[in-house]
Amino acid sequence: MCLAVPARIIALTGDKAVADAMGNHWNIRTTLTPEVKLGDIVLIHAGFAIAQVDEEEAKNTWQLFAEIAELEEQEKHKDSPL
Amino acid sequence: MLERIRKAHALMDVACEAMGREINIMEVCGTHTVSIFRNGIRSTIPENVKLLSGPGCPVCVTDQGYIDIVIDLAQRDDCIIATYGDMMRVPGKNGSLETSHRENVKVVMSSEDALEFARKNPDKTVVFVAVGFETTTPATVVAVEQAKKEGLKNFVIFSGHKLVVPAMEALLSGMNNKIDAFLCPGHVSIMIGSQAYRPIVEKFKKPCVVAGFEPMQLIEGIAEICRQLIECRADVTCLYDAVVKPEGNLTAQKLVAKYMEPTDGYWRGLGKIAAGTLALKAEYAEFDAMKRFGIEEIPAEELGGCRCGEILCGLISPPECGLFDKKCTPDTPVGPCMVSSEGACSAWYKYGRRQRR
Amino acid sequence: MSDTNGKKILLAHGGGGRVSNDLLSKIVIPKFQDKTDKLTDAAELNLESNNVCFTTDSFVVKPIFFNGGDIGKLAVCGTVNDLAVAGARPAALSLSLIIEEGLEIETLDKILTSVSTAAKQAGVSIVTGDTKVVDAGSADNIFINTAGIGTKHENANLSFDNIKAGDKVIINGTVGDHGMTIMSQREGIKFKSTLKSDCATLNGLVEKVLDATDQVKFMRDPTRGGIAATLNEIATATGLDIELIEKDIPVDTTVKAAAEMLGFDPINIANEGKVVFVVANEVAEEVLKIIKSDELGKNAAIIGEVKPPQGDPVVEIVTAIGGKRIVQMPYGRELPRIC
Repeated sequence: MCLAVPARIIALTGDKAVADAMGNHWNIRTTLTPEVKLGDIVLIHAGFAIAQVDEEEAKNTWQLFAEIAELEEQEKHKDSPL
Repeated sequence: MLERIRKAHALMDVACEAMGREINIMEVCGTHTVSIFRNGIRSTIPENVKLLSGPGCPVCVTDQGYIDIVIDLAQRDDCIIATYGDMMRVPGKNGSLETSHRENVKVVMSSEDALEFARKNPDKTVVFVAVGFETTTPATVVAVEQAKKEGLKNFVIFSGHKLVVPAMEALLSGMNNKIDAFLCPGHVSIMIGSQAYRPIVEKFKKPCVVAGFEPMQLIEGIAEICRQLIECRADVTCLYDAVVKPEGNLTAQKLVAKYMEPTDGYWRGLGKIAAGTLALKAEYAEFDAMKRFGIEEIPAEELGGCRCGEILCGLISPPECGLFDKKCTPDTPVGPCMVSSEGACSAWYKYGRRQRR
Repeated sequence: MSDTNGKKILLAHGGGGRVSNDLLSKIVIPKFQDKTDKLTDAAELNLESNNVCFTTDSFVVKPIFFNGGDIGKLAVCGTVNDLAVAGARPAALSLSLIIEEGLEIETLDKILTSVSTAAKQAGVSIVTGDTKVVDAGSADNIFINTAGIGTKHENANLSFDNIKAGDKVIINGTVGDHGMTIMSQREGIKFKSTLKSDCATLNGLVEKVLDATDQVKFMRDPTRGGIAATLNEIATATGLDIELIEKDIPVDTTVKAAAEMLGFDPINIANEGKVVFVVANEVAEEVLKIIKSDELGKNAAIIGEVKPPQGDPVVEIVTAIGGKRIVQMPYGRELPRIC
């Protein structure tokens, strides 16, 4: 009944925040999650952060997170000298 | 991932065997319904595991009488109607907000956008079409609080907010004894907490499993239900620990409790559900569209002959309803199961030939 | 451009008098000097063959400037691509402007520069045109119509009738980029994003493919309604099923994330630089290689296959977890959702 997507808080003033979801920046409110800090991942629904996301759990829960983690892993291997 | 899917399927097979009959699992959440549909989950699970799409999306459950009032308000030139896009195509008695072609109907993505309309248009009254379940209600309440703080006199909400647990109880007590378990809504549970389903587990002995929306979450949620059925137990289990806590979001709960209270209200196709709708408390009447416009009550809908209630519960299949494919089609939907594009009737209508259970 | 700075379009600019001529000679004509210098009412064309394709399209996009393009570029790409997917080499375009009174002349200049750049890139000339100005409120900044004419490629033997079970479906890159970009800049939705429209002229890419093989059965640019609409059209017209493999459909992660937030499905979202190719199975890999060698085809992929029907023809997707779902013809107007 409710769409919500994970995004990272990249700016935070009071309860106004900007959250980044893969290059999309959403203006959101953190009124419902007063505990979140800059850099946290939150779940956004209808313009509000509704929960803080546990990053480790996120990889098991969202395919997109798993994909990104995998990409980062590949990048690391690319950089490391053989 | 394949290994996880295999394990889950094995559990489902064992459960089917053990039960020796169909297993009926209701997903209460519309977003689960969409995800089940998008990922083609029905086609991957054993035939005896039936997924019933419950009344869990504002698009389906918002009643005709409510929509008609919104459409009436949209006829007033001194009003701006701010609504989530979801509501635009929900049918009233004569058409929808979309077919009303009124320029003062604005699609918003957040209650904050609705407030902004109020700030920018002091000569108009902005009516926020406040629909949604527990996940969405806090956003409405924050807007009311903000309007109060700013002294915005031209912002009101028309509450059609619904509560999930009373609907689940109503389904189990009145309409249906066919439901074996619930797949509980992931995002509603963020707000109300997984323990909110405890009374259902205790009173009705039906497993309640909270899952997220990715296909693996859904498959493992179904498997967990099967595990409980095999072991003849009913428990609240949460697979969506990344965001759901047992106690829920207390900040949001407090806010909602401060401003709103449960009342009896209509659900499309299901009738009146006791304490299933939220209304603004009397002390905040100035922000209540019903009070502002002297709306006494929301009239009962006239979906003469619609049997969505039974279809939702898996008691009958869509063609058994007298309206199906006659008065009720995807372009002229009557009940919730046809209104939602993923609803049982809508899917049956479109894919009848290739019914995927 | 100093003389147009801050100046606006007046009704007189479309009135056919001195003011009109001034606009044409200073702003419009210089952009398309090569062919329109004679200012006749109709252009004379010498075409390569008698096998001619002719098309027209109108552009009313809002906003008129977006990341990756503007209405001018779009007006060229749209018509050039319609010719290209019909198997034609675009030869000439017409350009018709309907301008709302009050538009900044500088804005018009920018749009026309885009038209000119895109036309040059596609190797096509603007050979005739028209300019009208309407009262403020009667249009939305600017509407553009382009018509295009081209000659058929020798290897182009394109028809629904050629499509058979076993044929492969190829797309030249990620889907939904244009529509999501426009959406991100639309009133009421607006969000900052790195999204970029894929708006591009595809005639070069298509020509490379047709030069190599005559086994392309059908092509279409999946604009409004996205690949879901295009593939449903193909299924309906041929009476055949189309089976897509979800994980093979290229989708940019930014598009994916934005689509999730708004409740959209990228396969329903418009593209302006994409072609859906239906090709014979035997040449599919070769065609894919050719497409991938082009800048506009780097992310190309075989995304599905034509299948014998099992009743009414449908488009079906095999999902990441091995499930199946039917892809419907999109409704036609996507609204952002919260549920």
